[in-house]
Amino acid sequence: MSSDQNILVKLKDAGFQINDKWLVKGVSLQVEKGKIVTLIGPNGSGKSTTAKIALGIYKKIDGSVEKYTDKIGYVPQKISIDWTLPLRVYDFMLLTENLDEESINNALSLTGVTHLKNKNLGDLSGGEFQRVLLARAISKKPELLVLDEPVQGVDFTGEIALYELIKKISDELNCGILLISHDLHTVMSATDHVVCLNGHVCCSGSPIDVAKNNEYKALFGEKASQILSRYEHRHDHVHTNEGEIKKN
Amino acid sequence: MFDDFFIRALIAGLGVAIVTGPLGCFVIWRRLSYFGDTLSHSALLGVTLAYSMEFNIALSVFIISSLIALTLIHLQKRTNLPGDALLGLLAHSSLAVGLVVIGFLTFIRFDIMGLLFGDILAVTVKDIFVIWVGGALILLVLKLIWKPLFASTVNYELAEAEGLNPDRAKAIFTILMAGIIAISIKMVGLLLITGMLIIPAAMARNISDSPQKMVVYSIIGGLLSVILGLFSSLEFNTSSGPSIIAAALFLFILSLFNIKQSIKLKN
Repeated sequence: MSSDQNILVKLKDAGFQINDKWLVKGVSLQVEKGKIVTLIGPNGSGKSTTAKIALGIYKKIDGSVEKYTDKIGYVPQKISIDWTLPLRVYDFMLLTENLDEESINNALSLTGVTHLKNKNLGDLSGGEFQRVLLARAISKKPELLVLDEPVQGVDFTGEIALYELIKKISDELNCGILLISHDLHTVMSATDHVVCLNGHVCCSGSPIDVAKNNEYKALFGEKASQILSRYEHRHDHVHTNEGEIKKN
Repeated sequence: MFDDFFIRALIAGLGVAIVTGPLGCFVIWRRLSYFGDTLSHSALLGVTLAYSMEFNIALSVFIISSLIALTLIHLQKRTNLPGDALLGLLAHSSLAVGLVVIGFLTFIRFDIMGLLFGDILAVTVKDIFVIWVGGALILLVLKLIWKPLFASTVNYELAEAEGLNPDRAKAIFTILMAGIIAISIKMVGLLLITGMLIIPAAMARNISDSPQKMVVYSIIGGLLSVILGLFSSLEFNTSSGPSIIAAALFLFILSLFNIKQSIKLKN
């Protein structure tokens, strides 16, 4: 199924500790071109840490990370920007790569924030800023996108639209995506592979496999498992038979 | 009125202002004001060593300031002391050691005031050469590391994740800071170099809405401060450093009116 050429980043038994406390341990996963890998898990389970290991932000790690691309777009979970910097959305788009006007406009219009182009970053609302962060990450047409809670603070309709956009980007650019999300409902529609973390890999596989897994149920509760499987179920039925739409 | 020494001072001062403009912006953005102070205080040690060993002043200051900067980075990793305490420790101890060394050098007459506050009479053609060549070099390197340095100033992890190597940019920037202090010490004096870095950039922050504009305004502000400051220094017979910084302060106060206006416009 997966040829080695398609691998963008590969973690082997990776772990990271600060002051003798393991933030995460023994994580093995790989992200391939055109595939979406989602990390789920409770707070403090090491999702962001795993993403930072994959990105090479944490360097003194256990195990190994092999990265096969330099074209990376990153949406961090927390970003504190110092407002002593006069920074417009336009300047922010050019932060790590020199882009032409058209690529900037395209990316901004994809996430629905073209009108904010000349606004100061400090004047944006949380949701607007999140859309700008996503626009910046996709504008450079990356091979690997790492999205840490990319739709936090975005309104409900926007959230669905942005997840659809993420799926579309993965198809169009054929880029691999490492996604972190709390929202089990929305994410699962697009995800190819789920890794459930709780300081270590508690289980992993396709969304439906993970939903059935007992450890997952123990971690998230019976209800979460129903969400996941129900979504899968609904998904199966809505998009079948040459465009025919069947109701559940 | 335009004696030779004045023209020399003017050319030297303008050269300094062009370099302190962009560096000063980074000093403000990265909150390095006290770091600048520490480096410039340590410059006294560099000056005294230069005198005692008959060595080039700018080069000696550059080496000592770089060493102090590297010591600071090392101590930050090795001790549990907060950053500002380490900065204070290095700033004052290097200033003190510098003054003690001066005490020993009884055979040389020192113009302490000139050292601390700048002396336009002392600017030689060779100084102008050091300022313009050194300054051009600093600006060239700054241009080369601009992208990673700026990106990591906005957000370190973004820069690191997207492969820009922010640690290297930071180390190079530290060396550039030592460089600007070395070339501007004669003009502004070691107590006031940080002012030359910060005040024009702070003025520029008040009137700009993008990083590029802030850099340009900061350079213009620095140039105006040097011109205004040196003329008044000549007119009132005051030290060059304080006169330049006072002129910069004057421009900063003017820029505050611009903020009030823009806040009014918003409402």
